[in-house]
Amino acid sequence: MNGSKSMLKLAAAALSKGLQESPLKSGLAEKGNFCRTVFLTRRYSAECSGKETNPTSKKSDSGEIDVEIPVKFDLHLLESGPSQVTTTNKEELMKIYTDMQIIRRAEIAADMLFKSQMIRGFCHLYDGQEAVSVGLERALSYDDNVITAYRDHGIFLGRGGTVFELFSELMGKRTGCALGKGGSMHLYHREHNFWGGWGIVGTTPPLGAGLAFGQKYEKKPNVTAAIYGDGAGNQGQLFEAQNLAALWNLPLILVIENNHFGMGTAEWRSSKKTTHYDRVSYIPGIKTDGMDVFAVGEAFKLCKEHCLSGKGPITLEADTYRYHGHSMSDPGSTYRSRQEIQGMRQERDPIERVRKIILKEELATNEELKDLDKQIRHEVDEASAKAREAEFPGEEELFANIYKADSGLIVTGCDRKHSKVQMS
Amino acid sequence: MVRRRFSFGLVSRLSSPIYGRSPCSGGIWTPCLGQKRSFMTAKDLVESEEPEKKVTNRINMFSAINQALHTVLDSDPKSYVFGEDVGFGGVFRCTTALRDKFGRHRVFNTPLCEQAIVGFGIGLASMGNRAIAEIQFADYIFPALDQIVNEAAKYRYRSGNLFNCGGLTVRAPYGAVGHGGHYHSQSPEAFFCHVPGIKVVIPRSPSQAKGLLLASIRDPNPVVFFEPKWLYRLAVEEVPVDDYTLPLSSAEVMRKGSDITLVGWGAQLAIMEEACDEVSKLGISCELIDLRTLIPWDKELVEDSVNKTGRLLAPVTGGFGAEIAASITNSCFLRLQAPVSRVCGLDTPFPLVFEPFYMPTKNKIVDAIKASVNF
Repeated sequence: MNGSKSMLKLAAAALSKGLQESPLKSGLAEKGNFCRTVFLTRRYSAECSGKETNPTSKKSDSGEIDVEIPVKFDLHLLESGPSQVTTTNKEELMKIYTDMQIIRRAEIAADMLFKSQMIRGFCHLYDGQEAVSVGLERALSYDDNVITAYRDHGIFLGRGGTVFELFSELMGKRTGCALGKGGSMHLYHREHNFWGGWGIVGTTPPLGAGLAFGQKYEKKPNVTAAIYGDGAGNQGQLFEAQNLAALWNLPLILVIENNHFGMGTAEWRSSKKTTHYDRVSYIPGIKTDGMDVFAVGEAFKLCKEHCLSGKGPITLEADTYRYHGHSMSDPGSTYRSRQEIQGMRQERDPIERVRKIILKEELATNEELKDLDKQIRHEVDEASAKAREAEFPGEEELFANIYKADSGLIVTGCDRKHSKVQMS
Repeated sequence: MVRRRFSFGLVSRLSSPIYGRSPCSGGIWTPCLGQKRSFMTAKDLVESEEPEKKVTNRINMFSAINQALHTVLDSDPKSYVFGEDVGFGGVFRCTTALRDKFGRHRVFNTPLCEQAIVGFGIGLASMGNRAIAEIQFADYIFPALDQIVNEAAKYRYRSGNLFNCGGLTVRAPYGAVGHGGHYHSQSPEAFFCHVPGIKVVIPRSPSQAKGLLLASIRDPNPVVFFEPKWLYRLAVEEVPVDDYTLPLSSAEVMRKGSDITLVGWGAQLAIMEEACDEVSKLGISCELIDLRTLIPWDKELVEDSVNKTGRLLAPVTGGFGAEIAASITNSCFLRLQAPVSRVCGLDTPFPLVFEPFYMPTKNKIVDAIKASVNF
């Protein structure tokens, strides 16, 4: 322990040259296993020298706003990356801000609902990662497929799910998107091609490969985004899916939401190689700042073009962060320092950066944004109250849809006497 | 090797665990895997191997399992504990303090890769080590099913005894907890009971867990050890502090009776006990058997019990009850006074909000007992 502490101090001293004063510096004084986690945010501070906390944007005469993407994209087997400048306008910015704020408020409300036991089971919160879900929607349409793992509240809302459906599903009510039978980990949206919501780690890449094959077969100008986390990066079926997708040239974007912790295990403790976008020697990849909605949007645009031009799959690694623990039973502070989480909130919060651009370009005043926040909070609270009043699914749902309806099958318990239900 | 048979006095000597509600689910037919043993009736009183006064501690199940792991790592320098998050103590605290005491080379975390965890464990065990692999939830054991079924179970057989992975023990928390949903509540033990070459062991209480786990780890065959997660904190009992084992493939009669035999394992025995208490008010005397080892299971003890009572009910978790039912019907047919019945979870995936409907509750078991007795 002592040896590693002094090594850490040397390394920190080397890094602290030319860095701005940051709340993270005090993180170096922390004892124990948290020391190394400081490097996560420090890398970004080193690269951006404060540009992230004060994003650069420029308004043109036509009202369009050019926003700089400070963190460079890391490329693997790609000749050129996306532009480091993205163009947007007031409408888009306000929509992005609203969408992300809705996700944030919904997650905070879900936290409170879980603690008051209105939500049972498991609840994996998405706050901090809003930029990935909203950035994805900047580039993909509702005709593109999206499939993700169990941290799916934000993706569901991004895909056009309503907060009321979300809360209903979390509470197991009939008005939920899956009739209350799926719960937090199994959210779906059929019309907008959100294929769920999957509980088992590592399951989404092969499923996504299948979806992509279907799209390619039907010659649709669409792609599939199969999202997984850094913990799933070491699952065998990911490797199998990568080979399949590349072999058959599928329009599959393998999206890895790298929040650096697989439950409580930091990436360097579980993975020989901590980056994912460059793990496969035959699939190109791009790594983007996952806390910057514009960076994510540009990266997804490039990935979609890549896939639709018939070049096969591509990996998109979004370097992101979750503020809450892995799930509601994880306080999230035993394997990382509170200072790191605070630092992320202060330096890389996705909503804050968009707020700063809006204020800087004078698209809205502080008061107007505050009013918007209040309105969103009110809507979320209303949805939560409405969901609480909703009914649970009826007993007929217990036996419904095990097999296809009208199969003429009868579900029984093992004794075939006491429980006998005709499957309608 | 001394044959062990248990006195019923032993059961009352240990204070009974404190339980709450318990879950059950599903049913699958499995082939018969018996083990020949000498004739034994449930009535015999036996000499107990346990000395009259043992030093015990009042602890819960995860602490008992923790003690067992400490004992193994202490006594055998070639034993290893590994799995997801075991280093800091594990998500259920079963591996607390092991890494601090025995070091990172013997107690270590693995990445998130169940198939590789078990495969790696098989390799490690083949080198003569005790490999104790943890699968974080039994619901996630399915990627490893191939390794367990196709590799671990068959290694000794297909190599003509040149190689074996007997030192492998796979531990996994299983079973419902009331709010676990689809993927934190499953009872998959029946999937493994099809497989000759491995053993499947399930304890019902802290003292049983410690003894059975020590026996499983030291057994020269690969063992899959399912721990009822619902009981980790809930079940508290006086557990002997020393190193002791309980025999595998030996069922235990928890309660003597004359009207009907009930067979079960794990957390569900608590509910079965409640059901037995309720029907005893109606004058029905139940014999309650904890199978403890599912394969190879103690057929003789169950047969003797059914020959005495004439009725069998298996309100089982995970579907192995079908095998027990088939086997007993075959061997005790003329003695049976009622059809062998089972009370299981419903034939649906383990549900979310419907869990209370799904489970074989005390009332369902009471109804089944009454139906059998009044047949």
